[in-house]
Amino acid sequence: METIFTDVLCIGAGLAGERVAIEAASAGFDSICLSIVPARRSHSSAAQGGMQAALGHCAMGEGDGPDIHFVDTVKGSDWGADQEVVRLFVDRAPEAVREMAFWGIPWNRVVPGPSTYFKGGKEYEKVEATEKEGFITARDFGGTAKWRTCYTSDGTGHTLLYTMDNKVVELGVTVHDRVEAIALIHDGETCTGAVARCLKTGKLKVYLAKATVIATGGYGRIYRETTNAVINDGGGAIIALDTEVVPLGNPEAIQFHPTGIVPTNILVTEGCRGDGGTLLDVNENRFMPEYEPEKEELASRDVVSRWMTHHIRQGLGVKSPYGDHLWLDIRHLGEHHIKTKLREVEEICNNFLGVDPITQLIPVRPAQHYTMAGVRTNKDGSVYGLKGLFSAGEAACWDMHGLNRLGGNSLAETIVAGKIVGEKIVEFLQGYEVQYNTGAIRDGVIRQQERIDDFISGKNGNENVYEIRNAMQDELMERVGIFRNGRDLQKAVDNLQEIYARAQKVGLRSNGIGVNPELTLALKIQGMVKLALCTAYGALQRTESRGCHAREDYEARNDRDWWNRTLATWKEGDDLPTLNYEPATETVELPPAERGYGVCKIISCDGEIIGEE
Amino acid sequence: MARKLHFNIFRYNPQDPHSVPRTDSFDLEETESMTLFIALTRLREEKDSSLQFDFCCRAGICGACAMMINGRPGLACHTLTKDLPNEITLMPLPIFKLIGDLSVDTGTWFRAMYEKVESWVHTDKEFHSMADEERMDNALAEEIYELERCIECGCCIAACGTANMREDFVGAVAMNRLARFIMDPRDERTEKEYFEVIGTDEGIFGCMGLLGCEDVCPKHLPLQDQLGILRRKMGWSAVKELFRFGK
Repeated sequence: METIFTDVLCIGAGLAGERVAIEAASAGFDSICLSIVPARRSHSSAAQGGMQAALGHCAMGEGDGPDIHFVDTVKGSDWGADQEVVRLFVDRAPEAVREMAFWGIPWNRVVPGPSTYFKGGKEYEKVEATEKEGFITARDFGGTAKWRTCYTSDGTGHTLLYTMDNKVVELGVTVHDRVEAIALIHDGETCTGAVARCLKTGKLKVYLAKATVIATGGYGRIYRETTNAVINDGGGAIIALDTEVVPLGNPEAIQFHPTGIVPTNILVTEGCRGDGGTLLDVNENRFMPEYEPEKEELASRDVVSRWMTHHIRQGLGVKSPYGDHLWLDIRHLGEHHIKTKLREVEEICNNFLGVDPITQLIPVRPAQHYTMAGVRTNKDGSVYGLKGLFSAGEAACWDMHGLNRLGGNSLAETIVAGKIVGEKIVEFLQGYEVQYNTGAIRDGVIRQQERIDDFISGKNGNENVYEIRNAMQDELMERVGIFRNGRDLQKAVDNLQEIYARAQKVGLRSNGIGVNPELTLALKIQGMVKLALCTAYGALQRTESRGCHAREDYEARNDRDWWNRTLATWKEGDDLPTLNYEPATETVELPPAERGYGVCKIISCDGEIIGEE
Repeated sequence: MARKLHFNIFRYNPQDPHSVPRTDSFDLEETESMTLFIALTRLREEKDSSLQFDFCCRAGICGACAMMINGRPGLACHTLTKDLPNEITLMPLPIFKLIGDLSVDTGTWFRAMYEKVESWVHTDKEFHSMADEERMDNALAEEIYELERCIECGCCIAACGTANMREDFVGAVAMNRLARFIMDPRDERTEKEYFEVIGTDEGIFGCMGLLGCEDVCPKHLPLQDQLGILRRKMGWSAVKELFRFGK
């Protein structure tokens, strides 16, 4: 068995994983990143609009600072976030943006003098200060009091990832691409690496590490309609849940982005609305001002997605063979703006829809986009339940997003958390030694090889892995979507339990030799259904509405009973997760209050009912 | 009536001793707005679950799905079947090592390229976390971004006459990368240092000027311009070097 030793093993080579590896390598520790694709194809590259950091250089960001970013983020989370973590994050975001500039990001910069911008379809003028010329500028995003989202056109994730990976190469960090971790090596107390499958040969190998980091991104692919890449199927979350001791935080917290294009669900950035784009209905009327007089199209994503769904339910959607949708209108921003600031959007619309957004409307509707849910860590990124295991980025529930993430805060999290967690791992490794239990490693490898052999021989049955995945995705789309209710959620849980039973009986139709894609999915399918069950069951139990979690049968945010975080673990042999709860935040810098957008209906900590009936 | 599409797909699994290189045929009914991503996914899930190919973002952003589509390198995810004839032949990209069927190893090739051209900002300065960033003109930032948009899909390499003949040729992607750093004032490398990297037959002087790279680039990068600019720059650099030795 090929066995590779390292100090730090980052599972995932997107922005968060690579940032951790850079920190560790800079401190002199051996670091290896595993990636199921070449590092630069990681889904970080698809982030478009930008990353939030309170630099306050641009005119519309004047007076901004970490304190305002803090308030926006906590409100955005609907008070689900850990406020100590939010504070850590906002304070260090400006430094992280500058560091990326130092490493080579071509951030868009302040151009002095007067210029026009659009808000809600109307044109306004602003004047950029001469003394700020050439500093990093920012654009507007949803749920923010200031223009704070730093960007490179609409390819921000792309430039960040390329620059980060350049740094990785400069430092000589090893990246093993096309390698997938399929199990963690642990003894119930300490994690010492992972068993992995090479996606160039299909062979198993072992990575032994003092510190292991899960940085595998989100798992939107448990839903049928998602903006996520096809690789976002939960590998990291699954191997964490499989340990029986590591919990997922808030598995019910799933974000829907307002503007996935119809029918392919490819994302067009929130920057479209940030730059002044509007949402229109079948009559080409703007409807958001009616629902959100203050924030209009730029309320938080959970709120905009809900109003869009509500508006479609009112019969005001545009009919299409792919179901009802709405329109995104950026025509008034003009050709120059679209061709310089929204280039990917222009390409996507032309290539996939045959729509020219300079002259035509873009068909959109909400699509699954982000998992606030993730492997639960403390503020240092250390995972609950296992020493030596860490997590960062979308894979983690750190938890700065609570029940809703603001646009631009995910790219920022990857860089900032990557840096902070990297620093903490460096501290952790000082003088830390670990003993590798060769017997346990051998048993772990044998168990994985047996799983593979059983899939190939059909020992457990001959269920079709694709049919099971489709059934799971349909269940989540139908019953665990933007609006939720107890009856549907119970049905989803019941059905998913049946699907879970079928998932144990998967057998391959192909021979399973080498990098067999059917086997790759088969190795994950049980885990994916477990994630789906955590989502549905967590949502069923949370009898309130908070952030993205909107219960039609419990419309109020209930701070008295539900100002907490769900922790889901999975015991082997069970067909449901075990749920526990912890307070959402120990530190309270900003006590719960109204968000200032969305439907305000709150049961306060004292049980007082605030807001509409 | 929907068209029936006839796919001819290269098949070979190097890990399977019984596998031989061949072409398999599949028929599939075309649906509205069908892309090769949708078609290949259906072929795998409905007809042959061992079929290997690579997709990732499926949005033309990540560069994972480049392949030879009726003889021409392109991104499968944004290729609409309605733009293709009934008969569609798919082959893996040449030059890159085959993993299986339509899947090739671009990661190893590109990592070697980054190391060769030292694809990072070279500077003696140190980062100060509390200091403001260095200023940059926005127009320059946009120019750099233009070249930074490369998604390393490998199409330009597959379409390159020189790269198909000599293994050590760095290709348009590497020259574009270096042009990006030459343009960036944060990179303190001198012209001579750039020249050492690229002023050879493995680099700028190996290019035969066929410009297949620019024709197939799915991001429409100005590769031809960069080749021209680099050649002039490197030509001058070479002349200056000669002049210096002459003295």
